[in-house]
Amino acid sequence: MTESSAITPEQVEHLASLSRIAMSEDELKSLAGDLTTILGNVARVNEVAGDDVPATSHPIPLTNVMRPDVVGPTLSSEQALAAAPAAADDKFLVPQILGEE
Amino acid sequence: MPELTNSSALELAAGLASGEFSSVEVTQAHLDRIAATEDDFNSFITVTDELALDTAKAVDAKRSAGEDVHALAGVPVALKDLVVTEGVRTTAGSKMLENWVPPYESTVHSKIRAAGLPVLGKTNLDEFAMGSTTEHSAFGNTRNPWNLDHVPGGSSGGAAAALAGFQAPLSVGTDTGGSVRQPAAFTGTVGVKPTYGSISRFGIIAMASSLDQVGPMGRSVADAAALHELLAGHDPLDSTSLPDEVPGFLDAARTGELKGKKLGVIKQLRGEGYQDGVRDAFSAALEVAAAAGAEIVEVDCPAISYALDAYYLIMPSEVSSNLARYDGMRYGLRVEPETGPVTAETVMSATRAAGFGDEVKRRIILGTYALSAGYYDAYYGSAQKIRTLVQNDFAEAFASCDVLVSPTAPTTALEFGAEAAADPMALYLGDVATIPANLAGIPGLSLPAGLSEGLPVGFQILAPAREDVRLYEVAGPLEAALESAGGRVLDTLAEGLEAK
Amino acid sequence: MKYEDAIKKYDPVIGIEVHVELGTATKMFDAAPNTFGGGPNTNITPTSLGLPGSLPVVNEKGVEYAIKIGLALGCEIAETCRFARKNYFYPDVPKDFQTSQSDEPIAAEGQVEVELSDGTLVTVPVERAHMEEDAGKNTHVGGATGRIHGADHSLVDYNRAGVPLVEIVTHPITGTGERAAEVAAAYVRTLRDIFRALDVSEARMEQGNVRADVNVSLRESPDAPLGTRTETKNVNSFRSIERAVRFEIARQATLLEAGEKIVQETRHFHEESGETSSGRPKSDADDYRYFPEPDLVPLQPSREWVDRLRETLPELPAQKRRRLLAEWKFSDLEMRDIVNAGLLEAIEDTVTAGAKPSAARKWWTGEVARLANQEDRHPTEIVTPAQVAGLVDLIGQGKLNDKLAKEVLSGVVAGEGEPAEVMDARGLEIVEDTGALEAAVEEAIAANPDVVEKIKGGKMQAIGALMGPIMKATRGQADAGKAKELILAKIGV
Repeated sequence: MTESSAITPEQVEHLASLSRIAMSEDELKSLAGDLTTILGNVARVNEVAGDDVPATSHPIPLTNVMRPDVVGPTLSSEQALAAAPAAADDKFLVPQILGEE
Repeated sequence: MPELTNSSALELAAGLASGEFSSVEVTQAHLDRIAATEDDFNSFITVTDELALDTAKAVDAKRSAGEDVHALAGVPVALKDLVVTEGVRTTAGSKMLENWVPPYESTVHSKIRAAGLPVLGKTNLDEFAMGSTTEHSAFGNTRNPWNLDHVPGGSSGGAAAALAGFQAPLSVGTDTGGSVRQPAAFTGTVGVKPTYGSISRFGIIAMASSLDQVGPMGRSVADAAALHELLAGHDPLDSTSLPDEVPGFLDAARTGELKGKKLGVIKQLRGEGYQDGVRDAFSAALEVAAAAGAEIVEVDCPAISYALDAYYLIMPSEVSSNLARYDGMRYGLRVEPETGPVTAETVMSATRAAGFGDEVKRRIILGTYALSAGYYDAYYGSAQKIRTLVQNDFAEAFASCDVLVSPTAPTTALEFGAEAAADPMALYLGDVATIPANLAGIPGLSLPAGLSEGLPVGFQILAPAREDVRLYEVAGPLEAALESAGGRVLDTLAEGLEAK
Repeated sequence: MKYEDAIKKYDPVIGIEVHVELGTATKMFDAAPNTFGGGPNTNITPTSLGLPGSLPVVNEKGVEYAIKIGLALGCEIAETCRFARKNYFYPDVPKDFQTSQSDEPIAAEGQVEVELSDGTLVTVPVERAHMEEDAGKNTHVGGATGRIHGADHSLVDYNRAGVPLVEIVTHPITGTGERAAEVAAAYVRTLRDIFRALDVSEARMEQGNVRADVNVSLRESPDAPLGTRTETKNVNSFRSIERAVRFEIARQATLLEAGEKIVQETRHFHEESGETSSGRPKSDADDYRYFPEPDLVPLQPSREWVDRLRETLPELPAQKRRRLLAEWKFSDLEMRDIVNAGLLEAIEDTVTAGAKPSAARKWWTGEVARLANQEDRHPTEIVTPAQVAGLVDLIGQGKLNDKLAKEVLSGVVAGEGEPAEVMDARGLEIVEDTGALEAAVEEAIAANPDVVEKIKGGKMQAIGALMGPIMKATRGQADAGKAKELILAKIGV
């Protein structure tokens, strides 16, 4: 891997934001180094397999695994909420949501 | 050492069936052993004394009432704490789930409960199964019973240490890149990674979905085979579960013969980076196999050279997605940011910063990068092609061999802290021999092949997909041949522990 | 800039994404019930809550419905397709990824024929229809406005999480010009009708069963490259869709006129004002990191299955209109009026019950519609097709004429009974007593010699002047045809 393809702390900051992990400057720097090392080693996967090689997403080739449309057992709201960090009115209470989907 | 904890699972099963002793006695003996040794080993995150004894009592009652019970009923088992257990805290070795009590049951635990195996507890692991030393657990290091200064391997380190430390006769682990086979190798026990889909993943906390597989572990090939038989089978709750009949693994282990079997030694997995002691033990084992009538040939699997690279793209990609759900909204840890506004977004970020360890974060960030727009084809897409090439290589090798063999790991168990000094890639190299099986979905087994400087060496056997039975056909007689040639590896440890 | 001016100056291009919730018994990937009602967080399993260790399994009925929708839209059904994970963090998304389909949708490349209010047909090109799952529901609490901003916290109910959705995405719809807004609304209405005809969804807009995202861009001319688009999210009624498109076209034109750039962004529609407002710009945060869902295996719908489903497809609304038009021999205009008045099925049922198509149409669009209009109700709410058929039958038998039939109809509407019962009860049947009719005719001839002279002189329309007195004498029950015959016979013409 060339110098120019090194991962920068700024890139890691973006990735950390995409994956919702708050990180300190030190962590960003250290991860940038780790990623540069790892990617430098694994980047050659790109050169090994040509266009004619199909991708394998599932190790064992099964297809058409479906279930009948029949209702099964459900959790009660007590069960669902038992582990909730906060709840109210049988619902999960979460902090205010900024930005929307 | 009390005899009950030194017995194999099948010996215990036989004694229970004949009424020689009760399940309560067996279970209590193991609980006592755990109580006496946990300070040394730290194999368990949670010990479930009451639950285990309740199960034991129920099985004893059924037996005295003359009811039909499963062959392994009453034989205790330890579960890696990645297996969901309804009503029993399940942590995945992470602060994130430190207090999570699942409201539902995994298929694995359902089967174990239905068969009446008392569950001794939940064993320690690298956080979310990411690591190969069990040093990445939020619940402290597990120490290798062979030498407490050494790691037990990982991520199923607690499961392996519980076996080697005679705390449990059977363990359930999981193997995503070698997490059952490598700790088995490091502790002188037997660990199996079945064909992908052989054992249901429903209720197994996911690390990398296309690579994860539950693995039976024991102190002998036959014990592991019996546990595999209990756990395997189609599960409609897991879309990737194989619809196959479960063959007689235990029979295969007992009746298999080395004579006439063709063992292919993978050229790429015995060269550079392997400790001399590991190579020597492996070669000696091959000689024993040859002496017992096996034919040894060398096979070339060139794509295996790239397997590690592909694995370190596919695995973190799936990890980054599977671990997204730990966001502090519905269950588990929730942490508010120390400064700035408290919003769903900042709470998620603070929770994940506080709840995940460094190795987990590293893999999430790496996976996020590999899946990002603009990099997907070069990284994730290419890695999936390597996967095809690895499968092709194996298919070709199996066309001329019954099984493939290699050392399970390039080294014996490392000392604590050894990996911290290494760069991440050097660290990942330890998985080089085990990862190809996960990429290809094929089954693998590690059994002890002697000692190197007082630490066990693992011998890995690989079979074609859905041919797990071949592992046992070879491993059963090989284990017997190795034991008659050099003695039982674990006996050395048992004697050592007794001498203490 | 007003819409009317904007549309003269710029060529609008629209694109529509419609989400429809499928009416399966269970969710898309787990066996939780797919129903409304019940308490919050009760229709959930470990999978719909995204608990650690939970796994998805595809609902076969969900796939079947998706294939049916694909077939109804004229799409190719994929021989093999996969699910993919769309990764993004949001509290109502339990796994923090949505299971969807990315580059391998189950159905692709179809088209929908849309009829506008004046009968103009527009073909909307469909790019794809794919399967995915719905998210939970947030209730924002504590803020002054109740809207997202300013809320102290939110409450999340995951009952809706995992409900099966099919998303239908159009290619850019071009060439609609000034009718862009109308086409957008008519397209979604057509899809709604198709979902109902297929019986794959209740398809109630007001329940959110059908939701539309509307993309709008403008360009200088049809030859110019596509302009920057905005996406107005979750527009949930036909009228709102039309208004949102009109507003966006006018808004964008105003910006372009002022030399400003259109920002690619999502926007929100406000029902009260009819305006859209800026949501958030497209950004790196939209990097959804799609990859094939490893927990689900590929789907390969067999051709036999697809063919079997094709055979079960009901007649779709457009096909039905075309067939009935041919059978009934109505004019295009008549047919369109019927469709717009929502009377197609009523007339079809009336014809099935024995009435002639022309008579059925005449009564439903005429007197029945008039009576219904007076009460501000729909014609089908005041009488049944069987009753209208009964009325037409009595006319055919000569027992009623149009005037009497109207009286009978008002009795039926008033709840006095079936047409024959009303006729009997009110004594409205046409009198067959020719003696009474003859007497009335003779009386009228005698009283109007000047009229008789005109008829004799060949002015046949003068007969009408004699009909008034005859009808009066017979209390309106005279058969006009017979009376005319008698007059001519008596006068000797």
